Amino acid sequence: MVENRPWLTFISHLTMILGILVVAFPIWVTFVASTHDTVRMTQVPLPLWPGHHFFDNLRQAMTKGAYGTGGIPIGRMLLNSLVMALMIAVGKIVISALSAFAIVYFRFPFRMGFFWMIFITLMLPVEVRIVPTFAVVADLGMLNSYWGLSIPLIASATATFMFRQTFLTIPDEMLEAARIDGAGPMRFFFDILLPMSRTNIAALFVIMFIYGWNQYLWPLLITTDNSMYTVVMSIKQMIEAGMMQPQWEMIMMTSLLAMIPPVLVVVTMQKLFVKGLTETEK
Amino acid sequence: MAHVTLQNIRKTYPNGFEAIHGVDVEIADGEFMVLVGPSGCGKSTLLRMIAGLERVTEGTITIGGRVVNELEPADRDIAMVFQNYALYPHMNVFQNMAYGLKIRKLPKAEIEARVKKVADILNLTDEQMTRKPRELSGGQRQRVAMGRAIVREPSVFLFDEPLSNLDAKLRVQMRIEIKQLQERLGITSVYVTHDQVEAMTLAQRMIVMNEGRAEQVGTPLDVYAKPATTFVAGFIGSPAMNLIPEERDGRKLLFGIRPEHLEPCAQADASFVIDVDLIEPLGADTLVYGHLDGGAADARVAARLHGSVDARTGRLPLRYDPDKAHHFDAAGGQRIE
Repeated sequence: MVENRPWLTFISHLTMILGILVVAFPIWVTFVASTHDTVRMTQVPLPLWPGHHFFDNLRQAMTKGAYGTGGIPIGRMLLNSLVMALMIAVGKIVISALSAFAIVYFRFPFRMGFFWMIFITLMLPVEVRIVPTFAVVADLGMLNSYWGLSIPLIASATATFMFRQTFLTIPDEMLEAARIDGAGPMRFFFDILLPMSRTNIAALFVIMFIYGWNQYLWPLLITTDNSMYTVVMSIKQMIEAGMMQPQWEMIMMTSLLAMIPPVLVVVTMQKLFVKGLTETEK
Repeated sequence: MAHVTLQNIRKTYPNGFEAIHGVDVEIADGEFMVLVGPSGCGKSTLLRMIAGLERVTEGTITIGGRVVNELEPADRDIAMVFQNYALYPHMNVFQNMAYGLKIRKLPKAEIEARVKKVADILNLTDEQMTRKPRELSGGQRQRVAMGRAIVREPSVFLFDEPLSNLDAKLRVQMRIEIKQLQERLGITSVYVTHDQVEAMTLAQRMIVMNEGRAEQVGTPLDVYAKPATTFVAGFIGSPAMNLIPEERDGRKLLFGIRPEHLEPCAQADASFVIDVDLIEPLGADTLVYGHLDGGAADARVAARLHGSVDARTGRLPLRYDPDKAHHFDAAGGQRIE
């Protein structure tokens, strides 16, 4: 809009600034809390300006961790989360790209039946099928392992559907040209389809990485070994630190650290991500 | 290099629709054969069957004496140029042209030499070879698509309406380039188009298709001079041939005369007189549309007259050379000599 009304500019800026404050204030509080010692954090009012213990807290978090997690350093839990999130994101992309490839490019009996079966699973979130899933994972001996953390979350109707839509926009001539060039199905998949869905893969990776990273209920159920805890669920464990006072500065430091990887993923892949969601021209 | 034969080719789709009703054609080695017809006549289906992109329901296709019905497109020794070019958008021009050779596991040096040679033939600069297809103009993309076909050194080229996405001027230019290229390389080519000018100018021989049948096979001038059916008569030539109902020996016939074979004359010499409805001056020619005056039927007549003709008089006497007239059976549409 090209308008020159000072009061309108003022109001729109005011709205935006208020919005930013609402979003940013909790993060600021988190940051401030992570820079004070335990004693200060038990006193009211809570501090609103940073203290001097940021690096002490960081060192303690990376080496000893907080009470509730049994002395497992945060670094270990960050690693667990990272491995889980990466396995989920990559696994989802691989599985759904392949199943979308089968559904779009191959003619086999009950093709649409399979598609609808996949589609219907959209209605069954993890929470609904959690008991049977747990039983399966336990029977397979995958409790307290990265496989157990990631495999049950890998199947994805959303990603399959997104890949299907992307593949459908790729003109048939592309397949025909590749066939005349002598490319077999897998060759076509890797040489033509995947590169052409690059932005779509990036967008899915961002969404799925964050989805994996933020998993709470599932890791809580299947990890009993402290060394397999993920960072997101550990925050909750820290608050319920038995008889102790919650170590707020540790909890906040952990939250801060837990926020960094998803932010990094979004920031580095933002350009591709937006392209993947909006691009229509092929 | 190879000749291509189609023996009694039929195509029936799974839903029962019969797209091709038995086509028999022999395409000689090095010949430029054009398949022409209105949309939906089956010309693209026929081409795609030669390419191996559609299954042949019945009949035999041979390329260079080898039956190819069950062969994959890549094993048929053909190359195809698509209407929308079908260039791989994520590869640059060089990679696009080299992809087929790479799959065939040719040595890298040979791939480079072959692509370079074709790039020279098509006047593609080194700088253009590193560009992505989206950074090229329509004509350049067309050239790359042809390059991708040539680089494979196939024995048959297949063109599926390769010029229809270009603007009129470029189309004429590329048409000439394709023709020169084909003559230079001497590779058997099958070219599909709905544009009769393209068909007439490019073809050594052409197949005029209608509703899944080959109505006529012949050289462009043959087809023009002696259309086998009323469909061909109406399809080739612009404006279309005038077809006027007549009766001879009690048989219902159609009398055909091309608009360009009519000329104005004095009332006394006139073969017939038309009432002028519309005049389109084209500069070199004038198109006159009218209807027969007092004829058996109210038949429409078009005439292409030399120069700018003043035909606003309402009534225009016309005559023709009887040698240029055609006669067709009114019911079946077959030509009668």
